[in-house]
Amino acid sequence: MAHFDPNAKPFSHKWLNERLGVDTLKRVLSTEYWIPKNINFLWAMGMVLAATFGVLLISGIFLLMYYVPTTKEAFDSVNYTIMSQVGYGWLWRHVHAVAASVVFLIIYIHMLTGIYYGSYKRGRELIWISGMLLFVAFSAEAFSGYMLPWGQMSYWAGMVITNLFSLGSLNLNGLVEWIRGDYVPGQAFLGRFFMLHVVLIPLFIIGLIVLHFGTLRLPHVNNQDGEEFDFEAEAEKWKAGKKKEAKVIPFNPVFLSKDVFVMGIYFIFFFYLVFYHFEFAMDPVNFDPANGLKTPPHIYPEWYFLWSYEILRPFSKNIGLIAFGFAQVIFFLLPFLDRSPNVAPANRRGIFKIWFWLLVVDMVGLTILGKLPPVGTWTIVGTVFADIFIALWIALPFVTKMEKPIGGK
Amino acid sequence: MKDLKILAVVVFFTLVTYWGVEPFAHSQMHKHVEGHNFTYPDIKASGLKGDPAKGKAAIAACTSCHGIKSQGIKAPMDAMAASAAYGVNPPDLSNVGALFDTKYLIAFLQNPAHAAKAKKMAMPAGMAGTAQGAADIVAYLKSIAPKEISPKEAFTTACGRCHADRYGKWTQIGDVPKTKGNIKTGNDVELTKFKMNVAKYQDKLADYMGKLPPDLSIIARARSEHYLKTFVEDPQAVLKGTAMPRVGLTKEGFEKVDAYLESTGDPSKAKREKTGPWVLGYFVIFTLLAYGWYKSQWKGLH
Ligand code: HEC
Ligand code: HEC
Ligand code: HEM
Repeated sequence: MAHFDPNAKPFSHKWLNERLGVDTLKRVLSTEYWIPKNINFLWAMGMVLAATFGVLLISGIFLLMYYVPTTKEAFDSVNYTIMSQVGYGWLWRHVHAVAASVVFLIIYIHMLTGIYYGSYKRGRELIWISGMLLFVAFSAEAFSGYMLPWGQMSYWAGMVITNLFSLGSLNLNGLVEWIRGDYVPGQAFLGRFFMLHVVLIPLFIIGLIVLHFGTLRLPHVNNQDGEEFDFEAEAEKWKAGKKKEAKVIPFNPVFLSKDVFVMGIYFIFFFYLVFYHFEFAMDPVNFDPANGLKTPPHIYPEWYFLWSYEILRPFSKNIGLIAFGFAQVIFFLLPFLDRSPNVAPANRRGIFKIWFWLLVVDMVGLTILGKLPPVGTWTIVGTVFADIFIALWIALPFVTKMEKPIGGK
Repeated sequence: MKDLKILAVVVFFTLVTYWGVEPFAHSQMHKHVEGHNFTYPDIKASGLKGDPAKGKAAIAACTSCHGIKSQGIKAPMDAMAASAAYGVNPPDLSNVGALFDTKYLIAFLQNPAHAAKAKKMAMPAGMAGTAQGAADIVAYLKSIAPKEISPKEAFTTACGRCHADRYGKWTQIGDVPKTKGNIKTGNDVELTKFKMNVAKYQDKLADYMGKLPPDLSIIARARSEHYLKTFVEDPQAVLKGTAMPRVGLTKEGFEKVDAYLESTGDPSKAKREKTGPWVLGYFVIFTLLAYGWYKSQWKGLH
């Protein structure tokens, strides 16, 4: 039975402590949440992502005040009302658009960091899986958001992507229509994606972020050398004042101070994009209102979907779909496909080093190819890159199985 | 430092990806049209010297269809009647001399369809008589042209008979009028009538052109400046078979039109340029302070 001091002043430290355990919370979540000292700025990307999600949420709420989710008014509510009638509406919109694009850049850096340092193994499998769930949720969020301005690219990307659900030769047109709520994207479609974008998916994302943080708490984050050490013992050293010897630092304030510094740099970059270089995040084609009678000459998704789009595209309909499905789920399986016990930077892992850099180059290549018109040589190069992607993942268990354990483990 | 090396790798891959999906991909998607900077090399200069006085005397050949407001000459028909007769409302000629190229205009008056590279042309050929007659009338139009012309006037003269700009409250038959509705019923009969007229005009226009010319409210964001420039200079060179005629603007004339399109399509540009440095300045200071904090926290850790 807890003790409640009848004399404690309401909302005083003691009063709160008895009711909320604020001291314990602070200890567990920040001042005694131990982070390895041996890390670089890439470990700040998680907090950068959390901050960017915050930016998306706030700017999104402002946009939501004036956005009208009807096929007749959506386009003008965004491009006229928000862009020119509402004070600083243009700023919120550019912030939202740039954040939605840049968040994927950071996600990819964050994922590749995890792969490079082997941070998905030995107790960290759930961190990886919850991270992948976040990736899927963010993808769905980005796609549904892209429908909202109801421009030409919203409409046609919506058409093309929902068409995938006919599942090639299975010709499940009924399923496609069920998803759209109509034969073609229309009011029902827009209303549904609006709801998903502003309510359901953000709720999922918030829950998943909590889960992701939860999965981090026990295994702790990895470090630059993949070194395994006793966090309790190291924490004792820190608490005893042996800050030089201790291999850990507390999240707050020591690690946080570096996070905040990295975030500062990131936000300089971010707002440079917002004010002077936002075009990359707002496709010109989407400034033409949706027109079901006029197919744009080139239909392509936003840059962060291009690599998987390119895996879909060069093959025949059915094989392309299978390859696409493969690309969508394969990253989830990474902790189980990597058969090596080593948790170490890729550069020290023999063939895995080559595997990692090939993957990076291949995904950058697929991204670029995904936007090029599918003609002539580009189709051939695209097929090669897509084949390499699949081959890399098939090879992964064998490559890692052959890997020699590092440090005699 | 290790962090900087890692940053260099991250920046490198980011820039390669950016280059690939933006400049490079766009160069592959759109054929590049090098314009001629509104010099119209396909039209030969006639070398004729026009006489504005003679042009003025002959202007009745034009005012049977066109108005010249600045000279107190009203158009013989309003936009509705004109569109019923020609499919499109002949533009007022007051500002034409300030916006259009001389060489182009002389060629246009002799053979409008040819100069405009248009499939259909409601304005008949040879309205100014001989080539000399055309030169005289053009000289007259140049002589009455105002020195200063606003971006909006440039747009309405050159494009406004075909294109609406709803964000600028412009329709093909003029500005959307400020009307007062009936408070009791919420109806606005006058505005409804106006809208009906716009609809009728647009139907006629679509019959004439084969399609309704798009609203240009936000075209400044939907097309690059280079595209607009080369397209307006010579639509066929950019979009083969398009129904849009060549209009024959001068370079300065186009810049005026472009300024109008930007004002309705990207109205926040000035505010962006004003706010940007403040926000960036804020984060630079923020980062410097954060750096100080970071250094103080990590002192003596290694
Ligand atoms: C029979 C009626 C008629 C007469 C007469 C006429 N025009 Fe036109 N004019 C038109 C119409 C209709 C258009 C619009 C055509 C279009 O946009 O397709 C036009 C367009 C123009 C344009 C715009 C060209 C451009 O490139 O956008 C100019 C300039 C012009 N007329 C000058 C004249 C002059 C000068 C005369 C006298 C020599 C004249 N017009 C006589 C009907 C007429
Ligand atoms: C006589 C009518 C007419 C006039 C005058 C005219 N246009 Fe057009 N314009 C059209 C038509 C018709 C189209 C549709 C062309 C198509 O889709 O093939 C069009 C299309 C366009 C487009 C879209 C092209 C695209 O890529 O889809 C732009 C931009 C444009 N016009 C700009 C202008 C500007 C700027 C002016 C004035 C300087 C102007 N137009 C004057 C008839 C006109
Ligand atoms: C988009 C929302 C995401 C947020 C807000 C987020 C947040 C974080 C945070 C704060 C950390 C701890 C600090 C760090 O190591 O960076 C972290 C670690 C981690 N995240 Fe994420 N993350 C997100 C998405 C992802 C995705 C998509 C993946 C990959 C599938 C992923 C995989 C990981 C892994 C493996 C770690 C552990 C890193 C280590 O131990 O070194 N996360 N994340």
